[in-house]
Amino acid sequence: MCATCGCGKDATTTVLNLQTGEQTVLSRGGHHHHHHHHAHEHVHAAGTRHSHSHAESRAHADAGTMVDLEARILAKNDALAERNRAWFAGREILAVNLVSAPGSGKTALIERSIRDLKEELSLAVLEGDQATANDAERIRAAGAPVVQINTGAGCHLEADMVARGVSELKPKVGSVLLIENVGNLVCPALFDLGERAKIAILSVTEGEDKPLKYPHMFRAADVVILNKIDLLPHVDFDVARAIEYALKVNPEITTYQVSARTGEGLDAWYDWLRREAAAVREAALI
Amino acid sequence: MHELSICRNIVAIVSDAAKARRVRRVTLEVGKLSGAMADAIAFSFDIATQGTVLEGAALEIKEVEGRARCEDCGAEFSVATLFDACACGSHRVERIAGEELNVKSMELEEAA
Repeated sequence: MCATCGCGKDATTTVLNLQTGEQTVLSRGGHHHHHHHHAHEHVHAAGTRHSHSHAESRAHADAGTMVDLEARILAKNDALAERNRAWFAGREILAVNLVSAPGSGKTALIERSIRDLKEELSLAVLEGDQATANDAERIRAAGAPVVQINTGAGCHLEADMVARGVSELKPKVGSVLLIENVGNLVCPALFDLGERAKIAILSVTEGEDKPLKYPHMFRAADVVILNKIDLLPHVDFDVARAIEYALKVNPEITTYQVSARTGEGLDAWYDWLRREAAAVREAALI
Repeated sequence: MHELSICRNIVAIVSDAAKARRVRRVTLEVGKLSGAMADAIAFSFDIATQGTVLEGAALEIKEVEGRARCEDCGAEFSVATLFDACACGSHRVERIAGEELNVKSMELEEAA
């Protein structure tokens, strides 16, 4: 990891199919990694920033050609996400994007959901992590097909990674696809993957004010799952306040209180999955 | 550090449109509630543009203040966060500005 910009020397994304053991590299025309220190920035009139290199400032005297672009920066990711969404809809697949800070129990929740629901629903998992296939091994042991996506330096999944992962995973018609994003409450909020819903997981060992601290994520989420409630007697977490903050950021959000370890409260989350999976199947009939 | 991803997308959009001509300046519109920080974009821009037709280009970022409309009383007001409530007490507000994340324009060198 590069200390200057946060990008890694190895910016490559790899996709590991746990069923076949085959690993492939996602080619995305990576960037050249050179820092240069000639650029400087100054702040001009209100709200306008401007940075340029010394060499280029001399060229300002010549008139250039102005071209209006009016392009949304994330349009390409959004277009690929829409393609994923159409692919999921056509195959009656319920795709959900699970997001949280590292260590809040995303993988444990997925493992438990697979163990409890695998006789009833067809579940498949895309695992996103910067490195290692540790989580994918856990999912495979729980009994679901899984593909691990390692983002290298990347701090979130993007739609093209999901498209590639899905082409390896080949989830069945009518299945539930759980996409575990990289543990991070900031970056994944901006990148649509083509999911039907984002599920934010917040554990009671974290601060109850996280919805206020990371409003983009809780705003983008459809559901917030408060996990590790078996630990409530041992921590100062205020459940009512956490829910109040989540609703303040997102008045439409649905909240569930669960323990992936003891199984408490999971039925309501499973009912949500059943309901949404049925809705996806019904939508395909129209 | 999603600003680096954002800058790679800027490079893709601008270099496609520039068709191999050198780019002298890129102007962005970044809403203050977009989830991307102008400072971090400026920082990542130099890295993402290395070895492209944007290398050395000036970057201009026009920041856009957040504005919202109350879905209950209809008032329009400035917002500093994603969850500012309306003065009437309602949290049901629709944001109408501040989430922009756009490439507005580019300035190309004259073709030789």
